[in-house]
Amino acid sequence: MSDLLAARSQMAVSLAFHIVFAVIGIGMPVLMVIAERRWLVTRDPHYLELARRWAKGTAILFAVGAVSGTVLSFELGLLWPGFMEFAGPIIGMPFSLEGFAFFMEAIFLGIYLYGWDRISERAHLWAGVLVAVSGALSGVFVVIANAWMNAPTGFTVVNGVATGIDPLQALQTPAAFPQALHMTLAAYAATGFGAAGIHAAMLLRQPANAFHQRGLRIALLMAIPAALLQPLSGHHSAGFVAATQPAKFAAMESLFETQAAAPLLIGGWPDPTRREVRYGVEIPGALSFLATNDFGATVPGLDQVPREDWPNVRVTHVAFQVMVACGVVMLAAGLLGWRALAQRDDLAEHRRLLRLLVVAAPLGFVATEAGWVVTEVGRQPWVIQGVLRTADAVTPMPGLIVPFLGFTVLYLLLAVAVVWLLRRQILGAPNDTEWRRRHEPTTQPTTHG
Amino acid sequence: MAEWPLVELTAAACLAAITAYVLFAGADFGGGVWDLFATGPRARRQRALIADTIGPIWEANHVWLILVVVILFTGFPVAYARLSVSLHIPLTLMLIGVVLRGSAFTFRSYDRRDDDVQRRWGLVFAVASLITPLLLGVAAGAVAAGGVTPPGARSFTAAYVAPWLAPFPIAIGVLTLLLFAFLAAVYLTVEAKDPMLTGDFRARGLVAGLLLLPGAGVALYLARTEAPWVFDELTSASWAPVLHLLTGSAAVCALGALWRRHYRVARTAAAVQAALIVVGWAMAQWPYILPPTMSVYDAAAPTATLTLLVGALAAGAVILLPALAYLFAIFGRAEKSR
Repeated sequence: MSDLLAARSQMAVSLAFHIVFAVIGIGMPVLMVIAERRWLVTRDPHYLELARRWAKGTAILFAVGAVSGTVLSFELGLLWPGFMEFAGPIIGMPFSLEGFAFFMEAIFLGIYLYGWDRISERAHLWAGVLVAVSGALSGVFVVIANAWMNAPTGFTVVNGVATGIDPLQALQTPAAFPQALHMTLAAYAATGFGAAGIHAAMLLRQPANAFHQRGLRIALLMAIPAALLQPLSGHHSAGFVAATQPAKFAAMESLFETQAAAPLLIGGWPDPTRREVRYGVEIPGALSFLATNDFGATVPGLDQVPREDWPNVRVTHVAFQVMVACGVVMLAAGLLGWRALAQRDDLAEHRRLLRLLVVAAPLGFVATEAGWVVTEVGRQPWVIQGVLRTADAVTPMPGLIVPFLGFTVLYLLLAVAVVWLLRRQILGAPNDTEWRRRHEPTTQPTTHG
Repeated sequence: MAEWPLVELTAAACLAAITAYVLFAGADFGGGVWDLFATGPRARRQRALIADTIGPIWEANHVWLILVVVILFTGFPVAYARLSVSLHIPLTLMLIGVVLRGSAFTFRSYDRRDDDVQRRWGLVFAVASLITPLLLGVAAGAVAAGGVTPPGARSFTAAYVAPWLAPFPIAIGVLTLLLFAFLAAVYLTVEAKDPMLTGDFRARGLVAGLLLLPGAGVALYLARTEAPWVFDELTSASWAPVLHLLTGSAAVCALGALWRRHYRVARTAAAVQAALIVVGWAMAQWPYILPPTMSVYDAAAPTATLTLLVGALAAGAVILLPALAYLFAIFGRAEKSR
């Protein structure tokens, strides 16, 4: 394994690990705040229990997200000093703003988690709202920094050095809006379906469990709008990628030859050496529509790009197909869930929906990971599109396979620990009999934790 | 805004963030050290006090480190790049410590069922709390000693190991660990409501505080040959006597107050002492960010970037500082009324 590949792999492992926690850190506080708000309005103790349990989950996952995010902020320099030296002055701003947003998130999460009995109910709810808002903002700022790598603005290169740096213009990279919207919706969809799937699984076992019924309802309220809006945002994003990163766009759909009325390829296994795709299903003109809103438009293929500047077509293509497939399943689950919610009856009676939700539970995370692979692998061999090559940004330090393996083992162990801990939290949720024992004599909520 | 001393302001903001990290996260790390060395009949309760004190605030305290990194790579990108190359190994090891400590602490807090599991996470938390500050100090020591130099055609050891695996950086690492342990013990004397527990941490504070003196002596002695620029400044600059006098007075005041059980006075004095040590290091290095060749002016980002960065930091501080004050107020107040 070359040092460059080891560095890329370490970055990939670190991001793949962190992104799960980052996404949950954006979504979970929203669930937690809705549940608490329902508790304040209805005084139904199930909602308080939900808020507290979701808050515990948020606490565990946020901590892992915070430390793995710290690793990433250092790794930008440790693995890619050439990138940071070049890009630091240009895109330091979104990272600084992210720092502040993250700071607010950490402060108010501390207040939320430990402040149940120490501040007024209203102040406590607002602390939760601030966690949710700053969580979303910190995600947006990081994605803006990434968007700049895809569509760099705010500087000119003279003899390999960036001059005329304008960080405000860099912040307004045209990729910022489509990427930030797509990622934020992804976070809400992934967390919403993740939580919905868990509550759905518990309802399949205990259909009368009021705790899980309420949990499912709130999770769906977040997941459904996100799942329904995501295809629109995806279409918007795709048009943008087609316009600014034609090589990435062509690789996503394995379009080897430039063509008018280009077909959208579903599935398929590309062969970059023979420049053809096997086993795919084609929808005529649909790729042109995706790129330009015009079924007849010409879409540039990989033949327009020098061979050495191609991204890995197979990885980009498969990742894109996986992302879209997951999105389609979530869209279907969202539509069925919408219908079930509109009928206003007991969600536990919709057993087929519950089973679909269990299947959909991990898909938001799979789609997020796959989408991230599309945007990152699809940009190769550039770390800054058209400006700086990844190979020129890597550290001169040899033996990078050692830290790569080290972090991989560390993250595997942490993943096992987190899953084990959350399992215990979920299985520890109260069942029907426990609820009756705890709440029927008095309707007072328990104030443990 | 051209007349604003932007480079100086950026450097000052970076120093302020480092100081805040030492004062707040440093004490959290020190708490981990005392978790490892919790002994005597009240060992369990010592650990519980540490966990309760750190719980609500550690994540906010941790973010100062991210702020330092962000200011460095936005404001002084060349220095950050060079630092990341030369100190790859200690910084990577430190990161592993950061990850293990944060996760283990949280896992332990939310998994209180059986004591074996609890203790295993506790051990990870405590050991990581010992290693991380040590490596942080080693990295700072390597910078002060001029170990971070341009990568040339040198051997692996010369380029990536020798800059930090040397007596002076290690002495600074030990000093950092002692300082964090001292801060934590002094803070905990105020947090503990039981006089016996307070007494436990008073004794620990006195030991760590007294060990700081020979620790600083050894570091200064090693600086003579290994970090001569810093040594010269610390011994002959015009501000040096004043700084040493202030730091020394704060140290005597902290130890004296601890001895006489004036815990709140001791806490303030210890914080002042720690801040002065950091400021002293910065002044001894000034204007070099990577002595002996790269000054803050050499490493600084263009004016457009610094203007925005300083503006963002000022605006951010306006939002952040009241929020932080609120956080500390809530948990400080609750302690008093408990």
